[in-house]
Amino acid sequence: MQTLEPILAAHPFFQNLDPRHLHLIVSCASNVRFEAGQFIFREGEAANHFYLLRHGTVQLEIFVPERGPLVIQTLGEGDVLGWSWLFPPYRWHFDARAATLVRAIALDGQCLRTKCEEDHDLGYQLVKRFAHVIMQRLQATRLQLLDVYGVHS
Amino acid sequence: MVYTPEQQPVDTAFPDPMLPRLYRVEQVRREIRATCTLALVPDNGTTAFSFAPGQFTMLYVFGIGEIPISISGDPAQPHLLVHTVRAVGPVSQALQQLKRGDVIGVRGPFGSSWPIEDAKGSDVILVAGGLGLAPLRPALYALLSQREQYGRLCLLYGARTPQDVLYARELARWRGRFDLDVYVTVDSASTAWRGQVGVVTALLAKIPFDPANTVALVCGPEVMMRFTTRELQERGLSAVHIFVSMERNMKCALGFCGHCQFGPTFVCKDGPVLRYDRIQSWFGKREI
Repeated sequence: MQTLEPILAAHPFFQNLDPRHLHLIVSCASNVRFEAGQFIFREGEAANHFYLLRHGTVQLEIFVPERGPLVIQTLGEGDVLGWSWLFPPYRWHFDARAATLVRAIALDGQCLRTKCEEDHDLGYQLVKRFAHVIMQRLQATRLQLLDVYGVHS
Repeated sequence: MVYTPEQQPVDTAFPDPMLPRLYRVEQVRREIRATCTLALVPDNGTTAFSFAPGQFTMLYVFGIGEIPISISGDPAQPHLLVHTVRAVGPVSQALQQLKRGDVIGVRGPFGSSWPIEDAKGSDVILVAGGLGLAPLRPALYALLSQREQYGRLCLLYGARTPQDVLYARELARWRGRFDLDVYVTVDSASTAWRGQVGVVTALLAKIPFDPANTVALVCGPEVMMRFTTRELQERGLSAVHIFVSMERNMKCALGFCGHCQFGPTFVCKDGPVLRYDRIQSWFGKREI
């Protein structure tokens, strides 16, 4: 039977991950598909998964009263969606909506957390990779906050 | 003798660089907020000049003052001198008020240019932020005019919001070409925007390129260029293959007055287009 292991191995997020760890992770993985316009998760809901995007684009949105929903970031093929599954209280901080048809691999957060507790090497690898994603998004957020294209006098 | 604009002689010699030439406003196009594009033609008796992509001129609104503005038109059409101007000070605000037929003074062209010839045979990535698309547009015109001389061509453009996307119609046309990859992102948007939201540096991750055979041309606010050059280098591009267009307060445009000094360089004379390795150590220093 064909497993998701080669697909996980080919995704940039799991690049060069020890095959032993990939083998552990694959049992927490499943193929998912979202239609354009469908919410993948919503703010405040339990964060039980994260997603490796394989196709399509996802909008991360926040709803601002009197302004409506604002897009704060667009993610696409090769990106990873969601890290709230890793940190208590395991709740989503934003809405994620498929802007187009989205194909992804969903990874079960509870399953992964259990495996990370059992194998701290795996836990370290995952946290290190998520720390890199979080660092990149923090840098991007800082740049957005600077409003560099605005007129400043 | 009366010339049509295309028949007018082009001056390739350099006349007195301190003497403004008279140019007439042929067209004013309102672009994004507080920004317009002026198409200028030589006024009676004035000779047009050729320019290289990346160069700038000093535009003189009589009675108000003079400012440096990058040329944003097609270098193959030197009779039509095009500048995109955002209103930020008295002179640029006065430029916004110009109407067809008004006459202003033009000195130049000044400064260095994008390495269009040297990039032949390479892939070229243009990274523009905000109004930084304007000084890069002549480079793109030049690259596309000899498209077969280059490998992959890619334009990455970041703007503040969808309403701040400059040259939107032209971007749409470029996006329709099969020989040019165009990616546009904005810093923030409502859900009505179907394009990308995020910073322009994030677009670099979307394009595979061979760092050994790629030249990057970068223009935008200095902070954006700092983040972009850092990202390009992290992706393996050497500083000698990165070119940035610098902006400083210029007065004489000839390297005499020193207003635009940036470390050991004068932006007006040695720049505005500078190879990144030559200024890398000065980039981001708050004392400069």
